[in-house]
Amino acid sequence: MTPAGRRWIFVAAIAGLAAFYLWGLVGLPGFGNYPGPYGDIINRVAVAQTNATAAVSAVNFEYRGFDTVGEEFILFVAATGVAVVLRHMRDERERATGGEHGDEADEGRRVPATSGAIRMVALIMTGPTVVMGWWLVSHAQTDPSGGFQGGVVLATAFILIYLAGQFLAFERVSPVDVTDAVEAVGAGGFAAVGITAVAMGLPYLTNFLGLGTTPGAVSSSGTIALISFFVGLAVGAAFILIVSEMLDQALLLRQGSQ
Amino acid sequence: MTASHLIAVVTPYTVPTGLMDVLQVTVLVLVAAAATMVVVIRVPARQVIALSVYGILLAVLFLVFQAPDVTLSELTVGAVALPILLLLTLAKIRRREK
Repeated sequence: MTPAGRRWIFVAAIAGLAAFYLWGLVGLPGFGNYPGPYGDIINRVAVAQTNATAAVSAVNFEYRGFDTVGEEFILFVAATGVAVVLRHMRDERERATGGEHGDEADEGRRVPATSGAIRMVALIMTGPTVVMGWWLVSHAQTDPSGGFQGGVVLATAFILIYLAGQFLAFERVSPVDVTDAVEAVGAGGFAAVGITAVAMGLPYLTNFLGLGTTPGAVSSSGTIALISFFVGLAVGAAFILIVSEMLDQALLLRQGSQ
Repeated sequence: MTASHLIAVVTPYTVPTGLMDVLQVTVLVLVAAAATMVVVIRVPARQVIALSVYGILLAVLFLVFQAPDVTLSELTVGAVALPILLLLTLAKIRRREK
């Protein structure tokens, strides 16, 4: 096909796409107009039904908790997949080079040292990041937050330790076995909360814990807070696992190429 | 359920409508510009940094459109986690090429 012919096909396709796109835009509700009933219903009933003042968390962990279990396991399977593939590659590399350790001195010479400024900022940020992450994980029921965001922020704290130039410290504070176990406990805990409800003769993921007396208190909202906690564990561990597996790859190749 | 159980959504602060519109349009334009930059920049390492900036702007966009939950997710995943994974991958590929 000639370039000119290709261009005509492209022009025709883009014109068709633009036409359908504009057609679709015409049918949209006006900017800022929400036509559906569900959001308004949730806003009206969520606080009274769940004692959680964060309606988004109430939807995520209560009304549509079953969807969130699925999302949770998507991340779990993704992290497991990364770990399986990369660990397999690491075994191959170790066999090919006959062991992976003993090159630390050479490695130190080849890698440019972390600058004092980055080290300083990373160390200063680590503590506040842990507090922020933990606050997000434990306040899903009261504020716009939740286990997912909090878990990623917690994982960021560990990555900051690595950024401060402490790869060994990073490995010490997040040993792979412990990270694996925490991820499994988080993902399994979420499912277990649901199954506990079934064992009590209730539908899966029914909020079987006491809702507390004050809407928006940390102790309120029953299983919403508990599920957010488990999600925080699972997500934080999954991110640490993915990043540390990839760091291992980068460092191993650095050694293997010598 | 009685009426006393209904808790009205109270916003403790108000932003003048016109100002909010200006903010929203400004951030939308910035996001479009940043997205274009990500595509236009051809050096992968710089592209990742541009992607991170784009992630931060997108987080601001969600905040301006009153979705703080999504802001937090976007900030952590789009501006931090995704660029880190991409940078690590780049580091790995670059070593292999040498």
